[in-house]
Amino acid sequence: MRSVAPEAVVIGASAGALEALSVILPALPKNFRMPVIVVVHVPSDKRSILADLFRAKCRLSVREAEDKEPITGGTVYFAPPDYHLLVEDGKSLSLSSDEPVLFSRPSIDVLFESAADAFGRSLIAVILTGANHDGAKGLRAVTGAGGIAVVQNPENAFATAMPEAAIRMCPGARVMSLEAIAQYLQEV
Amino acid sequence: MTAPHPSEKIEDIEIRLLLEALFLKYHYDFRNYAMASIKRRLKQAREQLGFATFSALQESLLHDPAMLPRLLGFLTVQVSEMFRDPTYFKAIREKVVPHLRTYPSLKVWIAGCSGGEELYSLAILFREEGLEDRTLFYATDINQDALNAAESGIFSLDRVPLFTENHRRSGGLSSLSDYYQAAYGRVSFDKSLRRNVVFSDHSLVTDAVFGEMHLISCRNVMIYFDRDLQDRALGLFKDSLARKGFLGLGAKESLRFSRHAGAFADFVREDRIYQRRDE
Repeated sequence: MRSVAPEAVVIGASAGALEALSVILPALPKNFRMPVIVVVHVPSDKRSILADLFRAKCRLSVREAEDKEPITGGTVYFAPPDYHLLVEDGKSLSLSSDEPVLFSRPSIDVLFESAADAFGRSLIAVILTGANHDGAKGLRAVTGAGGIAVVQNPENAFATAMPEAAIRMCPGARVMSLEAIAQYLQEV
Repeated sequence: MTAPHPSEKIEDIEIRLLLEALFLKYHYDFRNYAMASIKRRLKQAREQLGFATFSALQESLLHDPAMLPRLLGFLTVQVSEMFRDPTYFKAIREKVVPHLRTYPSLKVWIAGCSGGEELYSLAILFREEGLEDRTLFYATDINQDALNAAESGIFSLDRVPLFTENHRRSGGLSSLSDYYQAAYGRVSFDKSLRRNVVFSDHSLVTDAVFGEMHLISCRNVMIYFDRDLQDRALGLFKDSLARKGFLGLGAKESLRFSRHAGAFADFVREDRIYQRRDE
């Protein structure tokens, strides 16, 4: 049985991410107590509009993560384009310019693996729509450390490769619709 | 006391011991690097160097000096781009250069120069702006292999289209191809660009102040440091800058969380260029 209350949520998404996140993030209430740390694959040469976009839609405060920023509950952090985003043990965020992983920077695996290290059993990790395999290995690190794995049901994902790869790697993951994920995050 | 993740804990202990060994035996000090990144790099090293545990890697490192450069390769090598974040170089060109022009001689420090991408970018920019002849560049890194690579000025040809595009977007006044010769899948940058460059082994962790700089560019180096070490490096930069000197950081780095924040003023906020305040 689990006896630890979750302390943080990490989310990874790629192709179709905007629509999927638009179901989940705006549904979170103002008093949502956990931080939500998000990696979306975006082109490296652009200034990301993700934080601005979701700030307008969400009741939580939404930021693009900065290096060594302390993690606070009830805040959504987006990885900046062209950097990996990691969680430090002291529960702050750090960035890295290490080479892309699976052609991706930011990489979902990198975020999830470091978050698994820092939060252990107190972590919920969510894989959404996407057309590559990023995140599967990271999700296994999360469950390996005792955290909870959640995957968008591939049947109604915009791109199925990413959730399918995640389920293959973590057969025990909870597979849900986007609406159910939004609900689950509020109830867990 | 309970250890929530017993298996993880051993690995963390091993990592601390390995970093301690690296410091005690070779005086390379990574003990205050941001843990999450260094752990990733060490895991890659452990895997690719073929060790089952960090303890085994540590034993080899202590008894076989040949292991040192191999491990350092994993811990320090940083692939950048020429004119990475073109708006940064555009801001240097349009906003910092007019100030620099007022000095009869200039010192520029590229701290953590790695393979030299940023050094050549600034050398070209300074040549385009007619400042090269009065400028002395200091390019420093802790990794001798990186310094050698920077000094050679050789890059893979397949990276050049990106460099060229970045240079153009940074407001480049010339064609990047004016500065290199291509052969055998590589390009070699003109050695005249290195005429005014001093390459030097320098650690932001353990070494001292470099005097009277007009511009220090240290981008995406301090993201690998923890807060304490970032503070040390920023203190070093503050003391190494001439009055009103400029400090350029990476696009997502910030002085906001540093105790030296008050010593600097935002100069070009969106491109993370700061100016040292008058005392």
